[in-house]
Amino acid sequence: MAKFEPVLLANIDVPNSFTCAVYESRGGYQALRKAVGPMQPADVTEVVKTSGLRGRGGAGFPTGLKWTFLPKGHPGPIYMCINADESEPGTFNNRILMELDPHQVIEGVILSCYATRATTAYIYLRYEYPLCYERLQLAIDECYAAGYLGKNILGTDFALDIYLHRGAAAYICGEETGLIESLEGKRAWPRIKPPFPAVEGVFHKPTVVNNIETACCVTHIIDRGADWFKSIGVPADPNNPRDAGSYGPKLYCLSGHVNKPGCYEAPLGITLRQLIDEYGGGVWKGRRAKAAIPGGISMGLFTEAEFDTPLDFAGPGRVGCLGLGTAAVVVLDETVSIVDFLHNSCRFFAHESCGQCTPCREGTAWSLRMLNRIKAGKGRLKDLDLLLEIGDSIGIIPGTTICGLADGAAWPIKNAIRKFRSEFEEYIRSTNPAGYAVVDAVPALPVLAHH
Amino acid sequence: MGIVLVNGVEVEVADDERLNGIQAAARAGVEIPRYCWHPGLSVVASCRMCLVETGTRNAETGAISMMPKLVPACQTPAKAGTVFVTESETVKKARAMVEEDLLIDHPIDCPICDKAGECYLQDYHFEHGQKERRADIRPFTSRRRDLGPTVTLFVDRCVMCSRCVRFGREVAGTSELLVINRGSDEEIDVLPGFPLENKLSGNVVDLCPVGALGDKDFLYQQRVWFMKRHKQVCTHCATGCSIWTEENQDHVYRVRPRENPHVNQWWMCDIGRYGFHHVHDAARLVGAERRDGDQYAAIEFSEAIADLGPRFDAQAKQGRLAAVLSPFLTVEEAFLLAHWIRSRDADALMAVGPVPVEGEDERFKSGFTIRAERCPNRRGIEAIVRHPRGELASWEDVHSEAEAGRLSGVWITGGYPKPWVDDAAAAKLAGVPLVVVQDLFASPLWEIATYRLPGAAFAEREGSYVNVDHRLQAAEWAVRPPAGARVEGSVYWQLLGLPGMYKSRRVLDDLAATIGYFAPAAALVPETGVQLDASAAEASTAPLLASGS
Repeated sequence: MAKFEPVLLANIDVPNSFTCAVYESRGGYQALRKAVGPMQPADVTEVVKTSGLRGRGGAGFPTGLKWTFLPKGHPGPIYMCINADESEPGTFNNRILMELDPHQVIEGVILSCYATRATTAYIYLRYEYPLCYERLQLAIDECYAAGYLGKNILGTDFALDIYLHRGAAAYICGEETGLIESLEGKRAWPRIKPPFPAVEGVFHKPTVVNNIETACCVTHIIDRGADWFKSIGVPADPNNPRDAGSYGPKLYCLSGHVNKPGCYEAPLGITLRQLIDEYGGGVWKGRRAKAAIPGGISMGLFTEAEFDTPLDFAGPGRVGCLGLGTAAVVVLDETVSIVDFLHNSCRFFAHESCGQCTPCREGTAWSLRMLNRIKAGKGRLKDLDLLLEIGDSIGIIPGTTICGLADGAAWPIKNAIRKFRSEFEEYIRSTNPAGYAVVDAVPALPVLAHH
Repeated sequence: MGIVLVNGVEVEVADDERLNGIQAAARAGVEIPRYCWHPGLSVVASCRMCLVETGTRNAETGAISMMPKLVPACQTPAKAGTVFVTESETVKKARAMVEEDLLIDHPIDCPICDKAGECYLQDYHFEHGQKERRADIRPFTSRRRDLGPTVTLFVDRCVMCSRCVRFGREVAGTSELLVINRGSDEEIDVLPGFPLENKLSGNVVDLCPVGALGDKDFLYQQRVWFMKRHKQVCTHCATGCSIWTEENQDHVYRVRPRENPHVNQWWMCDIGRYGFHHVHDAARLVGAERRDGDQYAAIEFSEAIADLGPRFDAQAKQGRLAAVLSPFLTVEEAFLLAHWIRSRDADALMAVGPVPVEGEDERFKSGFTIRAERCPNRRGIEAIVRHPRGELASWEDVHSEAEAGRLSGVWITGGYPKPWVDDAAAAKLAGVPLVVVQDLFASPLWEIATYRLPGAAFAEREGSYVNVDHRLQAAEWAVRPPAGARVEGSVYWQLLGLPGMYKSRRVLDDLAATIGYFAPAAALVPETGVQLDASAAEASTAPLLASGS
């Protein structure tokens, strides 16, 4: 396979890549000049739509289509929210972009706002990224000085203000309506839909919520054209009208037990094995991989046998995972206990459940409680079925919750137990030889403080 | 008009109704369980107890296509062609799971919980819950947290429906309550220094579907299943909220709002809610008395009633008679007394008792208003006083007539929960030779009365009140008055020599036939009351009092 030339990460190794001067010297803000003025907003939207760009934040919704959901002829204001609350475990691609190429981000945001006629953009930044905060703010200030932001951008009557908003470090703020609530100063409880944000979002106004990487892709789509973008990745399955294809470059965050963890840019559709071997330098310490998280912990697990699955929007679903998610791959080598993995996963989701919907609020805490007991050597085989029942019953897919966080909490449970059931059973049998088959209700262990 | 299908049953829904699945199902006689949804609050769809299956029926082909997943009925509009399935296996399983979830951390302390017997968690668990506990058993905690002067929180009983939080934000507009922590550690709380302290605070206890919010006034006073509730009208201000008065063996334990879209929606204020204690005040007057010189002698009510006809007839020959009709009387009672007095003296002076006013009207975010006018029936009483001459006399007019020596007999009704007459006012009436006083509590007036007839409190009365918006609402009596006190209406009934027990409905029939303002009450008065015509209040179109009630 020919070496893929990075586009999104093209500038990150350049000294002072975060400054406006360096960005402009490497062709920065050319896309903006190409669009703002010469092109109509609807044309920009059309280009993005044609490119087949799908949201990079996790759900993979077609970006251009999302923009067209905004009410036509709305008197405004229309808001753009950029989701930089990157809190999916294992994910750090937005961070790389914001720290090392913030102007690429800003250019994409300006283009997206131009296309959607948004006059205000909020970048919702997770609190744990102080360097991102500094560099984005610097980039925004530079843009105002250079006339890329503010009134009369590039001599047109297009005006835009970008505000940086720092979150207070909650996973749920990455859910788009949770983000909106938080931005409005409220508790980040995701909203019920409809109305969708495109109709009623921030401050009851039409709002688009896009990911940082999505915005960067917009920059390059305008710069290089939709055809270029479509030439990369996996085309839509002609036999499946619901498949929107997986086009363009993607940032994969590779971590865990590999020799060279890092953020790598590759065309969508690369297989997990290629990613590990060609980019990550193989599994560390000469060991074999046992499993891998394909796209952030909420997407579930690949077994080693499933490593040849392509990491595009459709691939992980074919092996029972929730989806591509944030394309954050975490490799687990053969020494890792899947029981430990699930325990950790449940602890995360019990901590991060916003607590609005009963099934998620109680289900995540309940599953953690069971895993605590299993880990303490008091597991029962019966627990596995109950865990699966919790996993199968929470989320927007069965319809029992408002947002998709619960699906993300459910998938690790479902995948881990269904794909590694024998390991769980073996663990329970060996750690609780006297009681593994007991079916009575048992006293719970003191709950580990998960705050 | 559209047809909604609920479990195969067709329900008609008007185009402008905007019903949700719960409301449409109720129309088909199907109750969908829910915790967080309340008709008076915004929809959050978070408890997930009302999950149902939904779909649409094609208007032409009649083919039904169902959605593949469950939806909350509270959030799903019931439009023409909408299909709801509320009893499928999937739905039942989801309900059972929610019930199981809610009980994981619940202390299950029903034996000592005030809510037991009217608790959604109990009822729904009985109906929809799992047969056995599958979650690990752990020692339960039952923490109690003070939220303010009226409400206490049993933290661990909470199911996080957020009704109370939304009430504070949407109805009261005071926003004291909030959710703290996250996930299964969430709790309801207030901010330090900002307790739940507003005049609608008690409503959050009614809203709480479980035993988490306790009303300090009612806490541990009575098991709810021993109480019977009676439809009444709050008498503490001119709004006249529809209420349930809940009693056991002639003791009122609790007053709660009764839904009335025309008056109070689902709410009432704390003044009314906690304002029933005077009913059982030890200082209540009991035992009728007649003055002989400087002494009072106890008499039976029947004896007093036998006396009063001849005595008022005699006094009518000496001068003018007068009656003071308290705005705490029902219109039926006022009508009977006015009728009786006028039968003795057609020129009798009819006056409205003092109208208590406290501060200004207080309006809350939802529009709910506590009126400064702290009595239930000024408009009803005024209409009776005006009839038939259109004249409206006041308490002060009675004073000046009395001071001028023109009054030979006056009948004064009280029934105020608070002191209402001072020494000066009583002194002005001291020269009247015959003074009958019916009241709840001793006052300077009581000291000058010729006849002392202890009267009834609101919980003991039956009859109707007309509120500030000219809405007439009927109340039924909830408890019997203490021995030695008589409901005013029954005294007048006997004075007029009417047969059997006092029956307010019969009086209202006469009243509706006699005074044009009350004509809309001629038919059965619905639970939510009947609207009177405000413009008819001041008109006096009817002929002279129809005789023979």
